[in-house]
Amino acid sequence: MQATSINVRAVTVPALEAGSGRALLYLHGIDGPRVNPMLEALAQSHRVTAPEFPGFGTSRLPEWLDGIEDAALFGLDLAEALGAEPLHLAGHSIGGWIAAEMALRNPRRFASLSLISPLGAQPVAPAATDIFALPPEAALRAQFFDPALAELEIAARAGEEIDITLQNRAGLARLGWTPRLASLRLPRWLRRISAPTLILWGADDTIAPAECADVFMREIPRAEIIRYARCGHALPNEKGAEAAAAIAAFIAGARA
Amino acid sequence: MKVYFFHLMPYADLDLAQVDKHGSAWINLPNANFDPEKGRLLYERYIGELELGDALGFDGICVNEHHQTAYGLMPAPNLIAAALARSTRQARICILGRALPLVGNPVAIAEEFAMLDHLSGGRIITGFVRGIGTEYFSGSVNPTFSHERFYEAHELILQAWTRPGPFAYRGKHYQFDYVNLWPRPIQQPHPPVWIPSQGSMETIVWAAASERRYTYLQTFSPYPQALKAFRAYRDCALSEGYEPAPSQMGWAAPVYVAESDGQARRELAPHVENFFNKFIKFPSLEMRLPPGYSSIASTKALMSAKFEARANATIDTLMDQGIILCGSPQTVLKRILHCQGEMGFGHFLAMLQIGAQPADMTDRSLRLFASQVMPHLKSHNDHSALERAPA
Repeated sequence: MQATSINVRAVTVPALEAGSGRALLYLHGIDGPRVNPMLEALAQSHRVTAPEFPGFGTSRLPEWLDGIEDAALFGLDLAEALGAEPLHLAGHSIGGWIAAEMALRNPRRFASLSLISPLGAQPVAPAATDIFALPPEAALRAQFFDPALAELEIAARAGEEIDITLQNRAGLARLGWTPRLASLRLPRWLRRISAPTLILWGADDTIAPAECADVFMREIPRAEIIRYARCGHALPNEKGAEAAAAIAAFIAGARA
Repeated sequence: MKVYFFHLMPYADLDLAQVDKHGSAWINLPNANFDPEKGRLLYERYIGELELGDALGFDGICVNEHHQTAYGLMPAPNLIAAALARSTRQARICILGRALPLVGNPVAIAEEFAMLDHLSGGRIITGFVRGIGTEYFSGSVNPTFSHERFYEAHELILQAWTRPGPFAYRGKHYQFDYVNLWPRPIQQPHPPVWIPSQGSMETIVWAAASERRYTYLQTFSPYPQALKAFRAYRDCALSEGYEPAPSQMGWAAPVYVAESDGQARRELAPHVENFFNKFIKFPSLEMRLPPGYSSIASTKALMSAKFEARANATIDTLMDQGIILCGSPQTVLKRILHCQGEMGFGHFLAMLQIGAQPADMTDRSLRLFASQVMPHLKSHNDHSALERAPA
């Protein structure tokens, strides 16, 4: 994927871009902007834009970002900056939460919505894993069902600056410290989402437990779900090809 | 020099094997390990120790705030301070400090301190801190707003103390349409404010700023780090155009004195080692340094330096690093005076009880320190070599 940047009002947002076809805006998960098998596969058939969300990666916490509401409104500005054409929106984890908050605020803007292991719904019992209490490698392992894939991802990030990890954690904390990675208001308003919505969830997710999917399914009017066995929070890594195929088929159907 | 007795009020009856089992004495050490009856006796004992400090002539007796930990049983330090305000007559009562960002209503802190000021007859010294990282897990406050909330709460408290009310305060995190303190503090314009820290440069620069000139208190640090912090404070003050007084700097360190160096070392060793290896054991570095609590540069510096230094502490490494002072009265006196000459502080805070150090040891060390070390410190001229050196 190619590095580019998007100007959103006064903010320059670095982004990865690839492919051609229908426009797909992808919002990254808790570990910031990085290529994963799902994204690469999606870029085979779509024009994918994957911005680095302000507060994550190489950026610093912006003073205008106080919480998820600011993230949603900035995300809408960002979508606007991409042009007026029909836009498909997808997001993983924190990005899925931001995508849902965007779609409920501006329901007509998006041709479809794909939520991949979205955060935002509070599980009945506290999540098994407090991601903020774990050292970086343990936090990564907690996102995988398959330990071998976790080790691959750890190895892939071996040379990376610790600054990136620290910034991703700060960005995530800014949006989801209390209540932990959830909003009590989100379930109230999810019914405003009118776009056809695809929800993908790993059955073994310990960060966003699978029961949280029920909230999204219950409240979003036109939602369907695919649950993956033997899959953790890192769904784009663990089920990359299957997830990309499912999203592509869903987008094709949504357009029709 | 002014001399203080700083108490942490640990749960001294802690079953140390439980710390190993749960990997920590903070946040996730189950409170089934707290025996209420033993707790009651500990409060009784510790308040008595601080009252003895007052009777022995310490310039101040000090408490602090931590949450959900066996390390210290003072989640609400002002309650201890209130008890001491009525049972002591001479010593300053120092609350070092209250963690400002953790509260939703800083005006309540201004009110409590103002009340304490009256109950103590104007004897309190207040301390403002951000709270350590674990506090953001237990207190559920977003650590990425820690600095903002600290600065804002500080501003609001100072205004509540000094500005004629009623007035409105409009901040980002704190907004009050009515601020009108009853009672106003007895110390005018307001009680002294100290800033305890472990050497954060941002904190030092802020405390030393000309309009504040707050007493900077360095706690629990290897000697070179403490020296660096005091020099930084002095440099900041000089660059602000003034010469900092010794009374603007304080140093807090664990102290134990006995008849001889050998005896002191022998008696303290198990307690000080358990203190540093068990009572200060955090669940993870991540809980000690939550996201956004400090800048990335500071976080990285802390990750690499300080916490490694204390792993598997022994009394020898702790003494070598200058984190603790232990020995005969002569040895400890010499050491403090040496450090004072280098660092230039005007307040020395002796932590004379740590971890599971029992009552009899504490009593002996406290009395010995008060009779044979403290008088020399009190009469010492604090204007250090550092200060007299040409700029």
